[in-house]
Amino acid sequence: MKSFELVRPRTLDQAVTELAAGGAMPLAGGQDLLGELKEHLADPERVVDLKRLEGLDGIDVDGEGNLTVGALVTLTALEEDPRVRERFPVLAEAAASVGSVQIRNAGTVGGNLCQRPRCWYYRTEDTPCLKRGGTECFSYAGKSKYNAILGGGPSYIVHPSDVAPALRVLDAELELRGPGGERRVPVADFFTLPSEGDVLKENVLEPGEIVTRVRVPALRGTWRSGYEKFRERDSYDWALASVAAALRVDAGRVVEARLCMGGVAPIPWRVAKAEQALLGPLRDESAWTAAGREMVRGAEPLEHNGYKVPLARAMIVKTLRRLTT
Amino acid sequence: MRRMRSLRLKVNGDEVEVGAPDHWTLLEVLRYRLGLIGSKQGCDKGDCGACTVLVDGAPVLSCLTLAALAEGREVTTIEGLMPAHVARGGAGADPVQDAFDRCGALQCGFCQPGMMLSARALLDRTPFPTREEIQQALAGNLCRCTGYTQIFQAVEQVAAEAAGIEPAEPTWATYREAGQQPSPRARGVKGEDA
Repeated sequence: MKSFELVRPRTLDQAVTELAAGGAMPLAGGQDLLGELKEHLADPERVVDLKRLEGLDGIDVDGEGNLTVGALVTLTALEEDPRVRERFPVLAEAAASVGSVQIRNAGTVGGNLCQRPRCWYYRTEDTPCLKRGGTECFSYAGKSKYNAILGGGPSYIVHPSDVAPALRVLDAELELRGPGGERRVPVADFFTLPSEGDVLKENVLEPGEIVTRVRVPALRGTWRSGYEKFRERDSYDWALASVAAALRVDAGRVVEARLCMGGVAPIPWRVAKAEQALLGPLRDESAWTAAGREMVRGAEPLEHNGYKVPLARAMIVKTLRRLTT
Repeated sequence: MRRMRSLRLKVNGDEVEVGAPDHWTLLEVLRYRLGLIGSKQGCDKGDCGACTVLVDGAPVLSCLTLAALAEGREVTTIEGLMPAHVARGGAGADPVQDAFDRCGALQCGFCQPGMMLSARALLDRTPFPTREEIQQALAGNLCRCTGYTQIFQAVEQVAAEAAGIEPAEPTWATYREAGQQPSPRARGVKGEDA
């Protein structure tokens, strides 16, 4: 690892000022950043430790049932919180599916959302890929087993976060803080496709800006939600395909459905037509199949990731079968 | 710009003051400043778990933790397991270490410090874990020698002995203490029950 100066601000204002000064990167749990530093993918002069900031490591549920999660909350704390488990199972299950015990003990919610891609071309030090300022996405003509089947081009990364698809089906908002002040961005607008944003980034964060809180609105009515993740290795791994689902159920019928996939696209992939296909009787296998079909409509697999199309459809059926049983 | 920082750490119950550059990890400080080489530098990027230490009782990867961020926390390495056990009134090695030894849960030994710390953290929180809970708790510690079966059995052996009962399935310890050869099943060979 190249040397850097560790800066340890006590207040959010100081942290944002330090980050805005340039040449600096934020450090929370460090589970992604230290890997980036060791592989020389990131090269900051200063690393700004956020862990000393107060008020960003709590989980709160207000009187109306709205959930606020500080960006510094660890994945273990999120996964184990009884209120999250009871009211937002999809979020607890997504947090529990991240990495290993050790990684969840240190890794934070904010860090999980802002982690960089796992594509091996990106992670290989000497490969000048598109994401590293090069001119080509090598996965397109190269080894594409783990890459995107949807929303790809000109980069074909998949977003590695498990928490993101769960927050997407919960219609969560992110609170951001940067040199320009505070703003709120729906998770739906936070992640950017490589074709529509800066290909070097995966989200709308401006230089010096960080995620400070996640706000999840209360779910009104009777909801069932869950997260299913398919991994190549059972012990711990990133998703080859994952499904976050939330269904509002009334009198034996699905009256509202939200469905979002991870591991298949450069952003959490939510499709309105797939959700509409689920409205109707609670247990309807043909609706699950139809939802799966809509979810992967327009998929353009690369040479080695065609398997993700049937996998994605199967994962949707599996998730819905569990939630409606 | 090789800034040195003076760090005050609490490692295995001892307060230590140590100088290290800002970019050094906790693992590097443990191994190359404090001489605590039980924590292993395996992949050094968060894959293998060989560098696992306990910070405030929770397993974390010391290779992905900057040393400065361990200030004000209690760090436990494999070297601290036996002294902590003795300080609690126990005799000899921590029961986890003892069971790993008696159950044949190690071969080359490289993963063992991290593996045993993960097991200790699990048993501190969940004294009688199921096999699935053991598998999940140790999922972040890779072992390339044993195939894991004896490791899981060793954790079960600790729980069983704490409860004063026999483990649900015989472990190597059971056979060894009876002067017998371990059965294929205890060696993790499937479909060949003795």
